[in-house]
Amino acid sequence: MVHFPLLTTILLTPIWGILVLSIMPREADKTIKMIAAVTMAIALGLTLYAYWAYDITLGGLQYVEHVPWIEELGVAYSLGVDGISLPLLLLTMLVGFSAVFVSWNIDKRSKEFFIQLLLLIVGAIGTFVSQDLFIFLLFYELGIVPTYIMMVVWGSAERVSKEYAAMKLTIYLLLGSAFMLAGVIALYVNAFPAGMRTFGMQALAQAHVLGNLSEHVQVIVFFLLLLGFGSTLSMWPFYSWAPDGYAAAPTGVSMLHAGVLKKVGGYGLIRIGLLILPLGVKFWAPFIAIFAVVNVLYAAFVALAQKDLKYIIGYSSISHMGYILIGFAALNVISIDGAIANMFAHGIMSALFFAMIGLVYDKTKTRQVPELGGLAHQMPRIATGFMLAGMSSLGLPGLAGFIPEFTTFVGAFKVYPLYTFIAISGIVFTAVYILRMLANVLFGPRREEFDSCRDASGAELVSLVLLGTVLVAFGFFPQILIGVINSSVEPIMATLMGGAF
Amino acid sequence: MIGMAHFLTVAAIIFAIGLYGVLTKRTIIGILMSIELMLNAVNINLITFSHFITPEALTGQVFAIFTITVAAAEVAVGLAMVFRVYHDRNTVHAARLDEMHW
Amino acid sequence: MFNQYALHHAWLIPLLPAFAFIFVGFFLRRLPAVAGFVSICMSLLSFILSLGVGYGVIARQITVDNPLVQKIPWVSIAGFQADMGVYVDPISAMMLVVVSLVALLVQIYSLGYMRGDNGFGRFFAYLSLFAASMLGLVIAVNFVQLFVFWELVGLCSYLLIGFYFNKVSAREAAKKAFITTRIGDFGLLIGILFLQILFGTLDFQQLAATVPTYVMQHGTALLTIVALLIFLGPIGKSGQFPLHVWLPDAMEGPTPVSALIHAATMVVAGVYLVARAFFLFSVLPDAMAVIAWIGAFTACFAASIAFTQRDIKRILAYSTISQLGYMMLALGVGSVTASMFHLMTHAFFKALMFLAAGAVLHALPEKNDIFTMGGLRHKMPVTFAAMTIGVLAISGIPPFAGFFSKDEILLAVAQVSTPLYTIAVVTSFMTAFYMARLLIVVFCGEEKPENQPHEAPLSMRIPLIVLGVLAVIGGYIPYANNFGDWVRFGAAVHEGIDFSVAATSTVIAILAMCLAWFIYGNGMVRSDKISRRFRIFYKVSFHKYYIDELYLWFNHTFVDGFGKLLYWLELHFVEAILIKVAASLPVKLGNVVRKSQNGNLQRYGLVMFGAMILVVVWLVLLNPLFNGVAGGAY
Repeated sequence: MVHFPLLTTILLTPIWGILVLSIMPREADKTIKMIAAVTMAIALGLTLYAYWAYDITLGGLQYVEHVPWIEELGVAYSLGVDGISLPLLLLTMLVGFSAVFVSWNIDKRSKEFFIQLLLLIVGAIGTFVSQDLFIFLLFYELGIVPTYIMMVVWGSAERVSKEYAAMKLTIYLLLGSAFMLAGVIALYVNAFPAGMRTFGMQALAQAHVLGNLSEHVQVIVFFLLLLGFGSTLSMWPFYSWAPDGYAAAPTGVSMLHAGVLKKVGGYGLIRIGLLILPLGVKFWAPFIAIFAVVNVLYAAFVALAQKDLKYIIGYSSISHMGYILIGFAALNVISIDGAIANMFAHGIMSALFFAMIGLVYDKTKTRQVPELGGLAHQMPRIATGFMLAGMSSLGLPGLAGFIPEFTTFVGAFKVYPLYTFIAISGIVFTAVYILRMLANVLFGPRREEFDSCRDASGAELVSLVLLGTVLVAFGFFPQILIGVINSSVEPIMATLMGGAF
Repeated sequence: MIGMAHFLTVAAIIFAIGLYGVLTKRTIIGILMSIELMLNAVNINLITFSHFITPEALTGQVFAIFTITVAAAEVAVGLAMVFRVYHDRNTVHAARLDEMHW
Repeated sequence: MFNQYALHHAWLIPLLPAFAFIFVGFFLRRLPAVAGFVSICMSLLSFILSLGVGYGVIARQITVDNPLVQKIPWVSIAGFQADMGVYVDPISAMMLVVVSLVALLVQIYSLGYMRGDNGFGRFFAYLSLFAASMLGLVIAVNFVQLFVFWELVGLCSYLLIGFYFNKVSAREAAKKAFITTRIGDFGLLIGILFLQILFGTLDFQQLAATVPTYVMQHGTALLTIVALLIFLGPIGKSGQFPLHVWLPDAMEGPTPVSALIHAATMVVAGVYLVARAFFLFSVLPDAMAVIAWIGAFTACFAASIAFTQRDIKRILAYSTISQLGYMMLALGVGSVTASMFHLMTHAFFKALMFLAAGAVLHALPEKNDIFTMGGLRHKMPVTFAAMTIGVLAISGIPPFAGFFSKDEILLAVAQVSTPLYTIAVVTSFMTAFYMARLLIVVFCGEEKPENQPHEAPLSMRIPLIVLGVLAVIGGYIPYANNFGDWVRFGAAVHEGIDFSVAATSTVIAILAMCLAWFIYGNGMVRSDKISRRFRIFYKVSFHKYYIDELYLWFNHTFVDGFGKLLYWLELHFVEAILIKVAASLPVKLGNVVRKSQNGNLQRYGLVMFGAMILVVVWLVLLNPLFNGVAGGAY
């Protein structure tokens, strides 16, 4: 069937943007920003179309493209999305689009900044649309390099220097991906005999069905993958890069990293772990559940002790990853649905948080909670954004975070009642640190030193309106998110239930 | 009768002298000169083998000419660099030019 | 027919105020008049629809056992289904009428009370959202919908309690309310999850059908735990001991909000939840006992605090906690009828008293200590009348509304347990006493010269009059028309008035009021003398049994302390030791290896040639393949 190569177009749009940006003169600041915005708008529009046109009743992979590339190695340029990756692709676009507008005030080397930003987005898109492990890894690594550069050049220093934070982030992620690479190679070598080897994810998923992958191999390979994806997802104890990294990175990068790139870890665990190595996942799932609980509570408590807004949200996002992990570890349709939906919801929510923090920092020149206060007087719009993000973080119904968390709990409670019980107690502590932050930053007596700060306006409003709308829309109509996810997860899990579990 | 072994012996001696020079000379110019010696030792080898083993093909001789050309170019570039280094650092002693390590 | 239309469009009831919220919140915030008008119109429409539903329920003989349910799927994935819908039965119909009525009256009242406030539009937006959430909660068809609106109610109370967000105390109170109820929600959520796991559904009707069978097959042990976990939610939301601490602080919000929270929305949600899930609780005697005892204890406990409080709104707040305890007690002894009846009458007279208190505070801004007031009856006759009706109603003096519902509760309790009955009677004595104290201190006695009170404006008087009328007749009319049958749940515990119980409670209430008159009215007994005499009791009661301090201490010491400890570990152990050590290993290794890279060209050359020679030696001497070549022709 010949059809319009939608995913390639989506993938190429930011690349075209990069090419156009690279021939722009350095001084054309406004034009550069407009080009980045238009690029992302086109990509967002195409993705929205893809999301809308995705056939839920059919489920499974759609918009498939397949062009053999390195045939000797079994590498192919193979793209496709299903209900697992499509919401995350949409997330990438939403956050990416907002990140461009959040970075509107960047005036130092804006051309280079936007090129790097688009490169980061390309990396995220590529990981979500590729159906070939080789291509997946290629894009996965692509995300790390621009992050480093952007943090060092455009970042800011708080607890640690930005160079240190950037180095830490890069080393954690590269080290993780080195383990992952080893795992992928082991998988590649073991899955099929020489001559039939392939990196295609669909084909690799068959290796387990054919009985080519012994449990032993799966356990080891999945462990290696877990080291890689676990550090990306900031799973305890591989989380230490996250708070420092987010704090040092410029706002747009924090948004993309906390909102999108982190989710690549969870996506990889499901796409490569669960689908290709079900026995390995099954072996490690109880351990992951324990780590998940530690993630939730440990990070929530540490967040309680933070003073810097970005650190609070950094630790909060580690805490939320625990919910995703425990959903993943429970290994049933409801919990996996919940975990994926949670990735989406958390992505939007944390991006909105970082965007708001960026605005507050832009205007007040501080991120220290004790130095802030009463901002709702001067900046009601930013306060609204903060409230929306905070309430979604609490899992308030009517916002995107609720149904994902609820379904995660429903699914996980069946399998790990005790762990889930402990993890749910995290919602109380989340309430404590989020509400404390909201109260101390937004409310309280009017402070005169902030009277000169203007509320968000113009381009600054884009991220607030867009992400806020998404939070509310997906909160009121969760089915448009979770229905798409379920359409793919259900058949997959049905096959696995018949076999591995 | 002077055979192949004699030529090879001469070449080996020259090479050894060159090697000794490279490893012990203090100035870069000395090292460059020693490298020339080693290259020429190799040239002798090439021609010797060509002459005694495959006399009908002139591969060795052609290679030797190539080597001489490249050696000339190398001396040109090398000496230019030595001039620059001298100009810059006021020395051509190899032991003093050790900033290139971390 | 209108009631037909109302029954089938009951989903509009919460939706109309929700629209008001959207319009007012996003577009009309800067236009106070329009904002108020839109909100009130929507509330009025929703009240009219509610009345239609109420009438329809009676006309069409809808009972608790055959409710009218309509629903649409909201979330539906493999193995989990949550609907949104409308559940109309007598209980929810009664709640719809009460909630929409009180919400409407409070909004009308706010027109006057909030006039000229900067956040007028915002206030009406929040009020509308509050009403919408509560109405949505009332018509919930399953636990998910209930939980959704339950949390939204919590959000609204957070926003409204913290409405004057420039006040630090308001901000802290809002936070406290949210977090405290959150602890209850934690239990509720777990309980709901348990139900989903055990029964595979959260739908009220399906659960009601399967729970009894389950109990017969598996016993009650696990289900009792589940029920108690669920009950944690109402403990938080309905201010039961020990999670009652947020409710008095919630007085930081504007007074109309207090009226709304205390009378119709937030706090009765917990009582309503227990009533709604009564099919679960009623089969679990242990859980019922816990509910009854917590209710009774809370009733008594809160009343004993209200004794010594001086802030007018706080006294009312503790009385609310105490009355909610009554409702829980009624539920615990198995009488949904009595509980719902009291919920309704309480909504009337408590809203009345709060709005009257609001009128007082409106007249005397910046004052809330009752002992700085006094003699207000001359200048504020309507308010005085309203407050008097409220006090008489809450004290259970016939023929006011509270008498009938309280009597119903006492009767139900007396049939079940004597200790609980004793507690309930003692509580009713205390209630009558402290309410009379409030009335006497504020309205009687000498007028203070520094006060310049004035009667409330018309928009505030209308709700007072309406509620006053309801607080008078709201008990007798339902009583005469078989309210018990109306909200009947299974077998009705409703046997009309038992005269011994009624007489006892009335006499006790009158005695208590006389005592209050002797102490605060004509000064026969000096109150300061009593407080000095019973110094310890006075102090403990005045400081609310130090429970707030205890929580504060716990929170600061343990929760924050633990957080700080972990962060300290994070900085000084994880960061400073683990990561530094791990990161220094490659550096150390590099330091060792880099010694060989000394930059001496000739050393490099030597090593290179040495290595080359080694390679040659290895190739020539050790490798058999090359041995042949080396030992070959030449």
